[in-house]
Amino acid sequence: MDPITLSRLQFGLTTIYHWLFVPLTLGLGWFVAFMQTRYYQTHDETWRKMSKFWGKLFLINFAIGVVTGIVQEFQFGMNWSEYSRYVGDIFGAPLAIEALLAFFLESTFLGIWIFGEDKVSKKAHLASIWLVAIGSNLSAIWILLANGFMQAPPAASYVFNEANGRLEMVNFFALVGNPKAWIFVWHTLADGFAMAAFLILAVSAYHLVRKQNLGFFKRSFQIGAVMGLIASTLVFLGGHTMGQYMREVQPMKLAALEALWETEQPASFSLLTIGDLTGKQEIWSIRIPYAMSFLACNNFSCEVKGVYELQEQAVEQYGPGDYIPLMVVTYWTFRIMMAFGLIMMGASAWFLYATRRKDYENSKWMKLVPFGALFLPYMANASGWILTEMGRQPWIVYGLLKVQDAVSPNLTVVDLWISLIGYTIVYGSLAVAMVYLMKKYAIAGPDAAMHESVDVAPVVIGSQD
Amino acid sequence: MSYEFLQILWFILIAVLWIGFFFLEGFDFGVGMLLPFLGKKDEERRAIINSIGSVWDGNEVWLLTAGGATFAAFPEWYATMFSGFYLAFFLLLVGLILRGISFEYRSKDADPAWRNRFDWMIAIGSFLSALLLGAAFANLARGIPINADKMFTGNLFTLLNPYGLLGGVTTVSIFLLHGANFLGLKLEGELRKRVNNFAKKLWVAASVLYIALGIFTYAAGFWARGMVNPGIIPIAAVVVLLAAGYFVNRRMEGWAFILVALNIVLTQVTFFTMTFPNVMLSTTNPDWSLTIYNASSSQYTLTVMSVIALIFIPIILVYQGWSYYIFRKRIGTAKKSLIY
Repeated sequence: MDPITLSRLQFGLTTIYHWLFVPLTLGLGWFVAFMQTRYYQTHDETWRKMSKFWGKLFLINFAIGVVTGIVQEFQFGMNWSEYSRYVGDIFGAPLAIEALLAFFLESTFLGIWIFGEDKVSKKAHLASIWLVAIGSNLSAIWILLANGFMQAPPAASYVFNEANGRLEMVNFFALVGNPKAWIFVWHTLADGFAMAAFLILAVSAYHLVRKQNLGFFKRSFQIGAVMGLIASTLVFLGGHTMGQYMREVQPMKLAALEALWETEQPASFSLLTIGDLTGKQEIWSIRIPYAMSFLACNNFSCEVKGVYELQEQAVEQYGPGDYIPLMVVTYWTFRIMMAFGLIMMGASAWFLYATRRKDYENSKWMKLVPFGALFLPYMANASGWILTEMGRQPWIVYGLLKVQDAVSPNLTVVDLWISLIGYTIVYGSLAVAMVYLMKKYAIAGPDAAMHESVDVAPVVIGSQD
Repeated sequence: MSYEFLQILWFILIAVLWIGFFFLEGFDFGVGMLLPFLGKKDEERRAIINSIGSVWDGNEVWLLTAGGATFAAFPEWYATMFSGFYLAFFLLLVGLILRGISFEYRSKDADPAWRNRFDWMIAIGSFLSALLLGAAFANLARGIPINADKMFTGNLFTLLNPYGLLGGVTTVSIFLLHGANFLGLKLEGELRKRVNNFAKKLWVAASVLYIALGIFTYAAGFWARGMVNPGIIPIAAVVVLLAAGYFVNRRMEGWAFILVALNIVLTQVTFFTMTFPNVMLSTTNPDWSLTIYNASSSQYTLTVMSVIALIFIPIILVYQGWSYYIFRKRIGTAKKSLIY
């Protein structure tokens, strides 16, 4: 493999991995803060146990997001030095602000939350968890603003400086006010909520079918169902809004996720196409008329441009080259994301409806459905990021810089294999330890979470006296 | 504010971020490296970890902020340094990942082998991070091969020169001493005595290495290539380190801690003073060096960042300082008093 492919592969793997854990951090923080607030208000011991139990799972997950996040910040310079030179004047700012506004906040107050319960007032302890949740979500907002610039650079925010051949910021507020980025924020933060809700549903169902801590887990399940429905609906609406912006700022991505070769008006939506997605050898396809027009512009009649026409336009605008993303990836990731998102909405609505019965824990579906549903947000979320990042190819900054011109020129294939294999081993081991602990603490239940460790056996290291 | 003023301001701000990082995370790294050697029993190890448990993550953010601020204020510096030190920074990241995850996971299982493994990962991760950061800064002081396109032309072995290695080992020894002094302030009883004895030996090693590094720097002429002569600052750094020995031997941990901390600060001040206005010195051709003038962001970006930094840095200092104040008490090894 050549250095560009290796760097892309590494960035893709490390980013998807990082983002498997972060959404849960983003969402679960709010839940824990809410539960602790209820305890603060009502002095109901169950609320306290809830904040402790879900807080333990929050911490086990949080740690992975933190340590893999450092890699993210370093990688821009390490693997993409030409990108960093070209857009650093603009892109560096949100990253630095993220550290100043968010990282300090979440890390400092997380320390106080974990270790300071008997050292600070109840109010300060409660404020700490809120500041952790706010800090982690703020950090997501700033990195999404940075990503928003790569997806759809707002014209008012930058100029090209001929003298040093780079982009320079001319309007910070245009960068921060990028509407595309704020739709991303909406879509992503809601997704964090949904992920946390589905974790709570899965773990609660596990205990409910075993009749353990019924009061505790029924309350948790109910919260999970309500928030799961609200959040996945918000995710869906955010995604739908994104479609309309995509038509304006990234029409090629829109055409590619639909494998729409020829411009159509009104455009139909392919539910399932069997063929090689080249548009020439379609064997069999189920299409919903008008649906694509609705996705793209909220009405049933608008024109959606096809890949051929957009490729011609791009060649005219940017010179010869291939401007078509890898269609098989964009087409399928979009379908996985959307199907799973819809199932999430349906499943959480069903869970919520089921809770109106008093003995819903006896239902057969409780044994498997909530647990199986836990995989939906993970898959949908990873698919969404693969779609949005690969749908931008060949661009690293849409319309301004191509991926092939962004990579660090000094890196050798050997350098990259070493780091790629190294990250894979380290990240793989982290995942094993994390899943082991999550499972152990989730199964052990709320009483164990009140203690040092859920294990019963005493610890012996070195000589005992 | 003039463009040049902003460039100098950001050079100073980034220096401050690095100084803050080395001062704070320096004792974290030291504590981490000492952990398996100092703590014999599980309660002791937990007490040692708890001495930094609530603050290590916040301390590490100084590094992330230094990185982010370099990206925002001097993109060329960020790009050349991070891509140039590729494998070294990869190992640094592995070190930071190992120790970071271990702090959170080591007590979440009661199996002694599990805990022991994570304790060693904390030690090894801290050692790797300290060594590589020290070596990286020594190489920045020494200069590295950079071509006319601001691109690093060496490889990992270019960085493993005697001066770089000495810088790395010296950093490790200073951080060990710094960590031992910090633990002397945070622990009590038997454990405190043990760490005081460690500090005595570490002080000898750190002083010898530090003076060797100073002589090397002077003999090779690395100190006199910028615009500003660091003058008395490095001499003061040596003096405070030697003076710390007096207090280390008398078990006056407070003074020992302050003096070694001062040594770390003065060392960084020396580094940034003797470098200025270069940020990355090219050994290939001095004209190809990266300076605060040819590596910086535009005036507009620097202005925006200045406003944000000047608003938020004081706020951060207040709440981070408060978190140290909350956890100011010594930590015992009684099982009941320990937070896991």
